[in-house]
Amino acid sequence: MVARQHHPRPGSRARTAPARWTAPLAAAGALAIAALPAATADAAAMADGADTDGGENTITVAASQPVDSMSPFLAQRLITTSIHRLNYDYLTNYDPQTNETIPALAESWETSEDGLTWTYQIRDDVTWSDGEPLTAEDIAWTYTTIMEDDAAGQANGSYVANFESATAPDPTTLEIELSERQATMLSLQVPIVPKHIWEQVDDFAAFNNDDEFPIVSSGPFVITGYQPNQSVTLEANKDYWRGAPEFDRVVFRYIPEKDAEVEALRSGEVSLIAGLTPAQADALEGEEHITVNNATGKRFQAFTINPGARTLDGEEFGDGHPALQDKTLRQAILRAIDKDEIVHKVYGGYAEPAEGYIPARYPMYSWSPEGDARLDFDADAANEMLDDAGYEMGDDGVRVSPDGDRLKLRMHVHNDRPDYVSIGRLMEEWLADIGIEVDNRTVDPGVLSDALHDGTYDLIFTGWSVNPDPDYVLSIHTCDALPREPGSMRGDAYFCNEDYDELYAKQLAEDGDPEKRADYIRDMQEILYDEAVVVTLTYSNMLEAYRSDVIGTMQVQPDPGGNLYGQDGHWSFSMATPAAAGGAAAGLSPGVIAGIGAAAVLALAAGGFYLWRRSATAEERE
Amino acid sequence: MTETPSTPPARGPAGIPPAGPPAAPGGERRHRAARVLRYVAGRLLTAAVSLFAVVVTSFFLFRILPGDPVRALTQDRAVTVEQMEAMRREFGLDQPLWQQFVDYCLGMLRFDFGISYQYRAPVTELLLDRLGPTLLLAGTGTLIAAVIGLTLGTGSAWRRGSVMDRVNTGVALTLWSVPSFWLGLLLIVALSSGAGLFPTSGMMSPGVTGTFNVALDVAHHMVLPVTTMVAVIYAQYMMVMRSSLLDEMGSDYLTTARAKGLRDALVLRRHAVPNALLPTVTLIFLELGRVLSGVILVETVFAWPGLGSLFYSGLRVPDLPIVQALFVVFAGSVIIMNLLADLVYPLLDPRVRP
Repeated sequence: MVARQHHPRPGSRARTAPARWTAPLAAAGALAIAALPAATADAAAMADGADTDGGENTITVAASQPVDSMSPFLAQRLITTSIHRLNYDYLTNYDPQTNETIPALAESWETSEDGLTWTYQIRDDVTWSDGEPLTAEDIAWTYTTIMEDDAAGQANGSYVANFESATAPDPTTLEIELSERQATMLSLQVPIVPKHIWEQVDDFAAFNNDDEFPIVSSGPFVITGYQPNQSVTLEANKDYWRGAPEFDRVVFRYIPEKDAEVEALRSGEVSLIAGLTPAQADALEGEEHITVNNATGKRFQAFTINPGARTLDGEEFGDGHPALQDKTLRQAILRAIDKDEIVHKVYGGYAEPAEGYIPARYPMYSWSPEGDARLDFDADAANEMLDDAGYEMGDDGVRVSPDGDRLKLRMHVHNDRPDYVSIGRLMEEWLADIGIEVDNRTVDPGVLSDALHDGTYDLIFTGWSVNPDPDYVLSIHTCDALPREPGSMRGDAYFCNEDYDELYAKQLAEDGDPEKRADYIRDMQEILYDEAVVVTLTYSNMLEAYRSDVIGTMQVQPDPGGNLYGQDGHWSFSMATPAAAGGAAAGLSPGVIAGIGAAAVLALAAGGFYLWRRSATAEERE
Repeated sequence: MTETPSTPPARGPAGIPPAGPPAAPGGERRHRAARVLRYVAGRLLTAAVSLFAVVVTSFFLFRILPGDPVRALTQDRAVTVEQMEAMRREFGLDQPLWQQFVDYCLGMLRFDFGISYQYRAPVTELLLDRLGPTLLLAGTGTLIAAVIGLTLGTGSAWRRGSVMDRVNTGVALTLWSVPSFWLGLLLIVALSSGAGLFPTSGMMSPGVTGTFNVALDVAHHMVLPVTTMVAVIYAQYMMVMRSSLLDEMGSDYLTTARAKGLRDALVLRRHAVPNALLPTVTLIFLELGRVLSGVILVETVFAWPGLGSLFYSGLRVPDLPIVQALFVVFAGSVIIMNLLADLVYPLLDPRVRP
């Protein structure tokens, strides 16, 4: 370490050396700094070939996640899958209003008698953005690649897990052979890529699809530029088969900090932000040129109760509280929770209390308990249930189970979710009211995830986004989702129930009658509710805001009540119309502002330097 | 080996005789050369050992982070167990820990930090991509902070106890204790969305082309993050400059200089400041290393596409190859700056020459 600063004696060398050193150092520093923007400028010019034309309309979206990969075979994140929905087409799509399946690349389809062969009629009027025709061969190749190549299956492998083969007997016919019936054949969320481009890829794990722009695609917008950790630019596809979008461009800008996103919307730098907190939405409500969209949620908030962790083979592991294997105790916990209070206190009214597992946004599948099956909030009733079942109240206000175990439960809460943290605090009080002591562990998501997978928890917070097709979120509660060995579970509860599994199999095989399938799905939710291993709390609203001086109208999905960002389609962008006034944010032009900024930096540096050198000139004047 | 040589063995390269007591004219110079060499070699060795320790630590430190990267990456997605296993294989997470460590060390020797889990790209490539923006931000910030700090520190010390001194010190210490994250947000609210003078975030606007326009655009984006950095870090330069100048001002040679009738300004510039600069220059070197890692918060709040943002996004997964590599880069930059300070300091100050 160098810290020799005490009591120097004068020495001519010591006095002059620093002066001789600092000047060239400063000069070199200034040069390096001057050179850097030039270097980045060249890189930017290469990365983004688009010209900015004042007359064009752009939707700028603030994204709080960085893009993971531009390859649709690898991309997992919401930000990237949302971008890919604009860039690529899918076999089918969801109706913007009703959320029901509608044709996309497939115009029509039919199923064989045994349900194992699906034949799709593919549109003949679609071309890739490089002019090549899009045929059934491209689709067959995309699915087959995902089936055969581990790396290519990383993002969407679950959709084709059941496929025997995908072939294209002619350019407008696609045939898929299944090993088992599968009701989700009209909700395959797999972006279709051009075979003639992608068949040149050797290693799908290493290919990120971010070297050449524009990216050849067939969606309503085409990716034309990507600056890592900064932005992704898409230009409208004028030849899109559904018709060209009215906006010329969509830009996703990476802003990791939520409050900074809100400020960027206020300043007009971005025109759409999502994922607002109730406080942020309230603050933006009523501001000039800003429209807040309060959409019904596709996500539920919940906690799960450890009913005893075990593997598929029945091997028990973890250290969940033994009393939780008793359904009565689990139901009593459910009855102790005031969901209305959560909606009111935690979400400021921007949520609905949850009963069934599928959010109310999907009316076809949503379910609520009726009659005696209802386990509504009632602390007295919960106490009575526990008294009757032999849970004796101890002197310290904490009950003891019939087996003699004190009811002290660990509760794991995500520390990065303010809403969960608040709910956790409320739950501490409510459970204390029925004689359960809570050891509230508000922890990093990683700690929580480890506790879940090791089975070392009692109550654990969770939540899922539910797609229009709920198959996956239902599948994670089948016995089949139990881990093969401790630590490898894919769901969030060690739930296993034969009746539930039977219904799950029935709904998956029910590819002919949607109503019948929905009945099975509602019955499954009844089992989940009654078993009280998975306890849903709320469906929180999706709060979004956009600049009404840039965007005139935007299509929500479903309509009414739906969301704009993260749709199961591209409707919010492909159907958006520009604001009548034209759109550019008020204020000085970017060039002028840039000049002011640069001048300010230079002035600051020059001012400091001037002060620094002032004494020198003073001396020379003498 | 049991034989103990009676004189130290030669350490220098061929041609330089072993260090020993000066025996002949010219021996003093050779003796000095050997001492310098020993000094330099010693510093290099210390730095190398520290770096090695950092490399080892970086591997094991982040392995104890809770959470499984594969689970975090596939969170909320429809994935099969097979898909997750394929990812684990691809990331090498299915290998025993010692094997992963050996691979990591071997890779490190080739400057290969592995493949990022979340970006699916070589970490070295990602680091090089993000290095420029961070150097630009940290370099500009340090330069401005140093100039302001040295100037204000000098003024404060020279007029110690004056109103200006007290205001300066008070303001600097207040800003020093302000969290940069909060200050950044405050500036955004006041000057970006409020007054509309500067962009809220990012390094450049999408779609801007032409070298000159981009340079202007980048400069414009830099104003707020650089201001935030400078506000928070200039205090230490100022305080060190102030206190070391105060140390000097008690010295006899300044009294002598004044007694000779030299003007105050000249005494300050020619005599006091150069001596007081020494500890400050050391500090600037040391801080260069630390500033590099200190930009994490500033980069995050301003969405500046540098190493700090990369580290933040890596920690959220956890993306082990990224956080490991950046730990090495951040810690390594402190070690290297330390080394440079050790090596440069004797050039500046003859009293500490070996």
